[in-house]
Amino acid sequence: MRFMPILLGTCAAALLAGQALAETTLTIATVNNGDMIRMQKLTDDFTAKHPDIKVEWVTMEENVLRQKVTTDIATKGGQYDIMTIGTYEVPIWAKQGWLVPLESLGADYDVDDLLPAIRGGLTVEDKLYAAPFYGESSMVMYRTDLFEKAGLDMPDAPSWDFVAEAARKITDKDNEVYGICLRGKAGWGENMAFLTATANSFGARWFDENWQPQFDQPEWKQTLQFYVDLMEDAGPPGASSNGFNENLALFQTGKCGMWIDATVAASFVTNPDESQVADKVGFALAPDNGLGKRGNWLWAWSLAVPAGSEKTEAAQEFISWATGKDYAKLVAAKEGWANVPPGTRTSLYENPMYQEAAPFAEMTLESIKAADPKHPTVDPVPYVGVQFVAIPEFQGLGTAVGQQFSAALAGQVSVDQALKNAQTLTEREMKRSGYIK
Amino acid sequence: MARAVTTQRKLAFTIIAWTVGLTLFFPVLWTILTSFKTEGEAIATPPTFFFFDWTLENYVEVQERSNYLRHAMNSVVISVGSTLLGLLVAIPAAWSMAFSPTKRTKDILMWMLSTKMLPAVGVLMPIYLMCQWLGLLDSLVALVAILMLMNLPIIVWMLYTYFKEIPGDILEAARMDGASLGKEIIYVLTPMAVPGIASTLLLNIILAWNEAFWTLNLTASKAAPLTAFIASYSSPEGLFWAKLSAASTLAIAPILVMGWFSQKQLVRGLTFGAVK
Repeated sequence: MRFMPILLGTCAAALLAGQALAETTLTIATVNNGDMIRMQKLTDDFTAKHPDIKVEWVTMEENVLRQKVTTDIATKGGQYDIMTIGTYEVPIWAKQGWLVPLESLGADYDVDDLLPAIRGGLTVEDKLYAAPFYGESSMVMYRTDLFEKAGLDMPDAPSWDFVAEAARKITDKDNEVYGICLRGKAGWGENMAFLTATANSFGARWFDENWQPQFDQPEWKQTLQFYVDLMEDAGPPGASSNGFNENLALFQTGKCGMWIDATVAASFVTNPDESQVADKVGFALAPDNGLGKRGNWLWAWSLAVPAGSEKTEAAQEFISWATGKDYAKLVAAKEGWANVPPGTRTSLYENPMYQEAAPFAEMTLESIKAADPKHPTVDPVPYVGVQFVAIPEFQGLGTAVGQQFSAALAGQVSVDQALKNAQTLTEREMKRSGYIK
Repeated sequence: MARAVTTQRKLAFTIIAWTVGLTLFFPVLWTILTSFKTEGEAIATPPTFFFFDWTLENYVEVQERSNYLRHAMNSVVISVGSTLLGLLVAIPAAWSMAFSPTKRTKDILMWMLSTKMLPAVGVLMPIYLMCQWLGLLDSLVALVAILMLMNLPIIVWMLYTYFKEIPGDILEAARMDGASLGKEIIYVLTPMAVPGIASTLLLNIILAWNEAFWTLNLTASKAAPLTAFIASYSSPEGLFWAKLSAASTLAIAPILVMGWFSQKQLVRGLTFGAVK
């Protein structure tokens, strides 16, 4: 290893000299999903308006993206000029001083048009630190044909009791039809996104006002027992390793009666090229338990400028283009209104052409409105976030607790034991991090 | 040996060999087949084998979305560059250990190998920070250097075992004839070790081509090789298996072809020195 610094050093000079000659190139890190890929294809519209700016895309899978942009921003690496980050990262990174406040988005950007729930999650101390590109919540997708056959009628806003009863009624294990498909794969963004949001509707919370973990409370026991029992009676086999994609494949091939997951799935399951049940899908709000909170989450993939970037002006011009009102019109003109990124602007939902083109539009909007990141639970909590707790420790904690709950679903540990383990490990981590003594 | 092998045994061995071979190749075959399916067909249960509507749409889409050639060129530069640089360092090192061993030679070899036992992620932060400090993030130079260092123990070990097979007397004879150290290595040792060096070269190119930790973590766009190209098609929310398979097929195709053509050298090199 001794000669490596020498070798790297000699080559560094040549490389740095090369960089100085380069034009303004924005490097944008983004996730691999339909809306983002569409934006890449439409980049020419931006570069035509800004001929002095070149755009370089780096597309990554969500978890790889998170790992890379976190490393980059924490070390002020400066590899990216725009990062695609979620509602979890924005409040934490803004407080660390890692993000540039978006203050030059232009006069006609109309910040007030952004949906309040989404905007609230991206604002720290009255400054917007990221602009939402698309927002999503979660909702119930169900098979209208199976409901009809079973003589069931799905209300627009179902209760958990109804969902559980319907799931058990529809299940026909001999023909590989399962009443309900839910996430079981361990991870803070996998099963814990679903279970934390569900727990909110059961009156549970991660922490009380003094950051004391709450897994020893009856509400959590009720949530987890309900989930495990329901999945045992009406869920697909091997559910403890199912995430979004596995459930999507099951639903698209007609094996699920209901699926509660991200609103973005609506466009997949209704696409006749991919889904065998495209014309038999209905939508409803995520269930509740009569406590005033629904079991749906809130997420917004947003564009932010890292403090390490030296091209903040150009970066904000791009963000203004990509998340502005005109972008929706551009997508509509090229690919139709149904493909406009959903869930960020009020004006989009007031547009009759969009309402007509996207049958799931209203349900998406209602779901987003029903989630409040600042007051996510029935009882008060000291944190922000619906399906997560916006503290840096949550990624590790959420995944560790998720592993316990996934084990409970797989039958490896009892519900009581899983909750006890979750409580112990959360207490330990919170003490170590200095939240509690 | 040939006399003892009956037809039945031969048949049994053939069947076993084919079974093992096909089992190992099956995931690759499945990836290639999936790349010609539509997204709907890719997730169909029961899965379809050969009788589906073959389509090239995934390849078209992949071509439209990313710059395959740039990624492929980066892969070539990184894998070939790091291997050649590694050989340059490893040939003298292996020579000295094979022909002038000391009582610590074995320990040095073991120590070199021990560096492979540390999980790569353990040194991610120091190396990342070094690269950042030197302005080498997202550059081919850094990747060539790092992959060379990562594979160096393997290169040295492989060359060492090949060199051990070469009689030291020949080198001595060259020395007697007045060959200098450099000439001895270049004109006497190297030509005799060509099969060994060739297989080391091939194996390390393959290893560097497939390396997916450093190449993903230290690159963004300019130096991103084919591993990053594949990774950009994976998605936790959305089933893009056919597109992912098309990207994977494109990424493995060059190395697969190279492997096929150099099969003989690879096998000969790997078994070189196995029979004493």
